[in-house]
Amino acid sequence: MSNLTDLTIARAQAGLAQGDFSARELTDAYATAVEAGRELNSFVAETLDAARDQADASDRRLKDGEAGLLEGVPLAIKDLFCTKGVHSAACSHILNGFKPPYESSVTANLWQAGAVMLGKANMDEFAMGSSNMTSYYGAVVNPWRREGDSRPLVPGGSSGGSAAAVAAHMAVAATGTDTGGSIRQPAAFCGVVGMKPTYGRCSRWGIIAFASSLDQAGPITRTVEDSAIMLRAMSGYDAKDSTSVNTPVPNYAAALGGGVKGLRVGVPAEYRLDNMPAEIEVLWQKGIDWFRDGGAEIVDISLPHTKYALPTYYIVAPAEASSNLARYDGIRFGLREPGADLRETYCKSRAEGFGAEVRQRILIGTYVLSAGYYDAYYLKAQRVRARIAEDFSKAYEKVDVILTPTAPSAAFAAGEKMDDPIAMYLNDVFTVPASLAGLPAISVPAGLDDGGLPLGLQLIGKPFDEETVLRAGGFMEDAANFMAQPQWLTEGAAS
Amino acid sequence: MSGIIHGETGDFEMVIGLEVHAQVASRAKLFSGAPTEFGAEPNTQVSLVDAGMPGMLPVINKVCVEQAVRTGLALNSKINLRSIFDRKNYFYPDLPCGYQISQYLNPVVGEGEIEIDLADGSSRTIGIERLHLEIDAGKSVHDIRPDATHVDLNRSGIALMEIVSKPDMFTPEEAGAYVRKIRAIVRYVGSCDGNMDQGSLRCDVNVSVRRAGEPLGTRCEIKNVNSVRFVMRAIEYEAARQVEVIEDGGTIDQETRLFDSARGETRSMRSKEEAHDYRYFPDPDLLPLEFEQSWVDELAASLPELPDARKARFMADFGLKPYDAGVLVGDQDFAGFFEAVADGRDGKLAANWVTGELFGALNKVGKSITESPVTAAQVGTLIDRVSDGTLSVRLAKEVFEFMFESGRDADDLIEEKGLKQVTDSGAIEAVIDQVMTDNPEKVEEYRAGRDKLMGWFVGQVMKASQGKANPAAVNKALSEKLKG
Repeated sequence: MSNLTDLTIARAQAGLAQGDFSARELTDAYATAVEAGRELNSFVAETLDAARDQADASDRRLKDGEAGLLEGVPLAIKDLFCTKGVHSAACSHILNGFKPPYESSVTANLWQAGAVMLGKANMDEFAMGSSNMTSYYGAVVNPWRREGDSRPLVPGGSSGGSAAAVAAHMAVAATGTDTGGSIRQPAAFCGVVGMKPTYGRCSRWGIIAFASSLDQAGPITRTVEDSAIMLRAMSGYDAKDSTSVNTPVPNYAAALGGGVKGLRVGVPAEYRLDNMPAEIEVLWQKGIDWFRDGGAEIVDISLPHTKYALPTYYIVAPAEASSNLARYDGIRFGLREPGADLRETYCKSRAEGFGAEVRQRILIGTYVLSAGYYDAYYLKAQRVRARIAEDFSKAYEKVDVILTPTAPSAAFAAGEKMDDPIAMYLNDVFTVPASLAGLPAISVPAGLDDGGLPLGLQLIGKPFDEETVLRAGGFMEDAANFMAQPQWLTEGAAS
Repeated sequence: MSGIIHGETGDFEMVIGLEVHAQVASRAKLFSGAPTEFGAEPNTQVSLVDAGMPGMLPVINKVCVEQAVRTGLALNSKINLRSIFDRKNYFYPDLPCGYQISQYLNPVVGEGEIEIDLADGSSRTIGIERLHLEIDAGKSVHDIRPDATHVDLNRSGIALMEIVSKPDMFTPEEAGAYVRKIRAIVRYVGSCDGNMDQGSLRCDVNVSVRRAGEPLGTRCEIKNVNSVRFVMRAIEYEAARQVEVIEDGGTIDQETRLFDSARGETRSMRSKEEAHDYRYFPDPDLLPLEFEQSWVDELAASLPELPDARKARFMADFGLKPYDAGVLVGDQDFAGFFEAVADGRDGKLAANWVTGELFGALNKVGKSITESPVTAAQVGTLIDRVSDGTLSVRLAKEVFEFMFESGRDADDLIEEKGLKQVTDSGAIEAVIDQVMTDNPEKVEEYRAGRDKLMGWFVGQVMKASQGKANPAAVNKALSEKLKG
């Protein structure tokens, strides 16, 4: 029997079903891995005792033949999800000590399916970032290293702790949230699979809001099959979220396999950036070849408003965030820095509680909504957003799925790009358009860059056509045959 | 109360627009399931949504939308099948999310108009600009501790309808009549209890002044005025203040003011420079509010009889004047009581008894119509006794006083106190004969041409009959007998 922490969800479930090991043994193995991996800083709160109790309960259900969709599967939960009585701070100091008296709908679905929570995963503060450097709890270390270079790398963000935990086998899988690429980009940086479903597929109830019209939960897993299994358990209509969509949840795993013959795969011209690293270009071409060789039809398409996606995103998301984050006033929960009067209490609490990136986005958001600037920025951005969505719907008259790189580079070193917010924001250039259009998209590890770091390819689908995205993703996963492992696993924690 | 202010440099007219905030009658809040009962212990009617907890989301309460649409229909206003909820952003401790969910550019109800009735018998049409739904904030309590403010979130999230008028009113009386009309409409519809003393209905009053024929002047907004009387007093004070400022060579600054009811004056709260930039934008947690015309039609079909229709009916069926009918229908309980009294009787007579004797007596003891010690049926019987000649009006008023004190029926009291009017001509003639026999000199004087003595004779006869003689019969018999 291989190491228990090397098993995928699908394999672990098979093992549990056959009685090869117990849920408790599986959780214990992960508990050991979590404790051994603390230097990666993937978790901001460990809930290992509770996890063991959950695992024991899973064992009883397994014995009684009442196993759920994720019975006994140990997960890392992004700190953005409210989990009852457990640290839920969006990795911000402003939510210092906050333990909500309620459970988010997505995590409630997961526990209902029998999953086990190992702890809360580190992330960029309020999900604002692409490197996990903005967390109040410190940076996460990517379990991958560049060949011949011992400098620690970022795991991407904002779901960096989730992606690193899955890559380092400290969790079978993890929840993430994606606002502009926060699931897909860290998945690509850590060599794992990240899926952002259609906006409205997973309930946002109980997920601490960043940008409400963009935020969407999704799974970070080691395989596309696991992604399908976990997405099914996370998804579903929720009357408590007005933007949740009431459409049945299919058995996504059943959509896998069957090849891509006749599948129309779009390749958008506008995603070819001028100064894109050659290795990204090469990988993208490889992806195109795999699909062509598999019998898919490659269609050159145009998404003409792509170049406006990033600036549009950096108006819409901060605008919503500036309002969403107004509730953190030091009065009812979290951090309070008392001042001489109310105004000073507000100012001190918020100045102390929010990090630099969050403050910057609140300022940008406040500015673009202000009288005199609203039309020029926010309103215009909304119009452009509609054009971007239109680009996609036109393209989907000709294609079933769109293939692009996930990110314009592999993981970078901690500290790089920190002094240039625009360079940092460029990380999201390929992921943001699908977010603005609310479309399902997956990042699948597809190859390595020259330094031996993982690179991902992205597939973007039609609204609520997660099945095609997963089927194509599964095909690409097989074609890429990505077998590389992070140094953390191959060389051990001490390397 | 005139709308013209005679300044030292000439006449000014006032222009008034009103924003009425009416709390929607609904058991649950606009975006949460928390209850809305008045007077509960602080912070006992607060859901996670109302408290602005992280990750909580609003979900629209259909009942509140229904009430807004029904009200919009009753205001003869355009119903918008698609409207948008926006966030109005500002910091305040009793606003947990840091924004109020409201409707800005696309309200659920658009333009319309209502009629108001004035005491001089005239009517005016006042334009409605819009009605939108929004949430109420919590309440800051400053007087528990000197060094701290307490916040009660029970009101946080309660649905309000903001009904905005056009600047169509020119006197405090019109503004008062408008508020009373709005209150009557929401009460008839059942969309708001209209209780101004509990804050279920409150007004923001916009006032400006101008010389006749000039364009609109700069307005000041007086916030949160909570009675019709205060609305009128606030307008009067504010308009006079503005005229004084202008005549002293100053200009009116657009600002928000508050009304100090104890001192009867308005005071500046914040200037335009201090005004918030609310940064309105569509609430991304909520989808646009959309419904079908067929649903609106269903609601329209199920509306009860509204004040205007009832007023028209009262005028047609009971011959009431517009203002009287307007006053009567202004309160559903009054109108219902009146209608029960008037049923099968002379409408004017019924109106006189209800608005005269009954309201007067109720006012004297500070009771409302629902607490009236006499029922509509009892008042009706009393009127019947006047109509059938059992009682004179004077006697009937006496009987009414006994009824109001005891709650007993008119017939019992008439019997017990022997207050029955004497119409028997024989009995009356006997009294007249006695009076004439006792006062032969007066008879002579009358017969010599002093017609005025007739009144004296009537008085003597009435006195002798202890007021029970039928005055008409007395008059008739006297004039015959005195002729000789």
